[in-house]
Amino acid sequence: MLTRPDVAIVGAGPVGLAIAWRCASRGLRVAIHDPAPGTGASHVAAGMLSPVAEAYFGERELTALLAESAARWPDFAADLAEAAGTGFGYRTDGTLLVGLTADDLAEACRLWAYQQGLGLPITLLRPSELRDREPALAPRVRGGAVAPGDHQVDPRRLVAALRIAAERAGAVWRPGAVGGLSEVDARVTVVAAGCGAAALTGLPIRPVKGQVLRLRAPGRGAPDFRHVIRGYADGESVYLVPRDSGEVVVGATVEERADTEVTAGAVLRLLRAAVDLVPELAEYDLVEASAGLRPGTPDNAPIIGALPGRPGVVVATGHHRHGIVLTPVTAELVTELIVSGEPAPLLAPFTPDRFVDTGAPAPASAIEEETCN
Amino acid sequence: MSLDIGGVSFGSRLILGTGGAANLNVLEQAVRASGTELVTVALRRVDTAPGATGGLLDLLDRCGVRLLPNTAGCHTASEAVKVAHLAREAFDTDWVKLEVIGDERTLLPDGVELLRAAEELVADGFTVLPYTSDDPVLARRLADVGCAAVMPAGAPIGSGLGVGNPHHIRLIRQSVDLPVILDAGIGTASDAALAMELGCDAVLLASAVTRAADPVAMATAMRYAVAAGRLAYRAGRIARRFHGLASTPDDGRPDL
Repeated sequence: MLTRPDVAIVGAGPVGLAIAWRCASRGLRVAIHDPAPGTGASHVAAGMLSPVAEAYFGERELTALLAESAARWPDFAADLAEAAGTGFGYRTDGTLLVGLTADDLAEACRLWAYQQGLGLPITLLRPSELRDREPALAPRVRGGAVAPGDHQVDPRRLVAALRIAAERAGAVWRPGAVGGLSEVDARVTVVAAGCGAAALTGLPIRPVKGQVLRLRAPGRGAPDFRHVIRGYADGESVYLVPRDSGEVVVGATVEERADTEVTAGAVLRLLRAAVDLVPELAEYDLVEASAGLRPGTPDNAPIIGALPGRPGVVVATGHHRHGIVLTPVTAELVTELIVSGEPAPLLAPFTPDRFVDTGAPAPASAIEEETCN
Repeated sequence: MSLDIGGVSFGSRLILGTGGAANLNVLEQAVRASGTELVTVALRRVDTAPGATGGLLDLLDRCGVRLLPNTAGCHTASEAVKVAHLAREAFDTDWVKLEVIGDERTLLPDGVELLRAAEELVADGFTVLPYTSDDPVLARRLADVGCAAVMPAGAPIGSGLGVGNPHHIRLIRQSVDLPVILDAGIGTASDAALAMELGCDAVLLASAVTRAADPVAMATAMRYAVAAGRLAYRAGRIARRFHGLASTPDDGRPDL
């Protein structure tokens, strides 16, 4: 490309690639900067599209964005399948949420009640209903619920499809590493560099390590369960994501660390929890154990919007545990922002300025401060 | 009225742990709302690599609290001693909350390993705050080897069951001449107040706040509960009676 690009994307994970594809499809000249596309958090991620199971106390704005993006996934998936001419493991079998012991179930029920209170689609199941839906579940699983709208996609195949779609739409590659935003020449620069965005923007993005295992059903048939299964097993939080290929993704630890070592203890805990919930997994091949770094933010929500004080720089990062589910809404709203210059109202709670003004959140107490010693 | 541990005074008698926090913003607000001046962190759970920013340690630094590194996850004395030394390097403090787990299901401490590790760390110049069971004899042994406080469990870590054996906590209060800090088992504010009414000098809790639906509100509740329990302990409660006793005496009533 000899002419200056309209949009330079720094970071070719799902978010960056989807923005590249959407912008290029709108006729913008797009360049993608990444020496190693798709090798960040998405390479390890399980790809759950879980607005319900990920709805947590005190995070209502994030929950609303997850639901909004999950609602955009069917159209996004259809568009992408057409544009790329390939599938990416998008499946809508739903998610079962389970508790192994009475303690686990009590913990889970507390969260399910909160999620139901928000009006989210989650239904409690009797133990027999649970096993009717998924006979592979261990008989000693005490109870569960179903979130039929929580789906899944294979992030590695998603990245491959997005690369094809972005290239077909006319985006070009810049394989060099970006050490600073001044090295990038474009009308608009989009920082979608995951944890790398911290150094490029100064925003409070920290690595949150996750260790993940990949198992494979013997004989390479599909696993004997169709739903994503997530829950608590003896206090351990775990998820099991079955793919048509026979792969089962088992995850994940949540560690405030920046290394990507795989530890014996984490593998042990993940496998024990997985086999406790679905005993037949003990017969599967252990194919891969890997660790990735989620780009975490102080409020667990992504940072999307114009970077204050840096004209022409837009940020789309900090997606933490939710990068895959948030890919459509992030790509579409960032593209709108670039094309129209106006941020969508949906983005208001997630703009970078919430961290730029003070650098730290204002202290707030639930009730009035009083002297009390 | 202040709490003194190892020659350091604290205005707050609430010590917080950070384990279980789902959201750093909320955790920061909770730490501030609690009024705590001492926060325990697991060496294994934080990245102490130079240049690590935006994480838990930055947050605690902003809150201005003192750090109390702990040896969470250790199962033997030698492992705990090693982790304590790493923590001294990483956090530049010789304070350590000594934790040696003896049972995976209950997470109760292994008293034998704990005592060995405490003795060695005290000899190495550490200020040792051991997480112990509610055994008064073991508490005295820990005091004898030179610990700076004893921290008996009210109930298993993370169980939220409260103070399982209040009598033993009282016995520990009487058997050692050190700060007694109730550590583990607190589920809600009344548990913390009870611990203080039993004569504990402080309460250490984590899950009760970090895993509450509203951690900031629960941190505030704990702040008041600990203060209320301490005041009640010092105020001298009335005796329990089998029958009622009118608070307004009959004599001197006007003859109408």
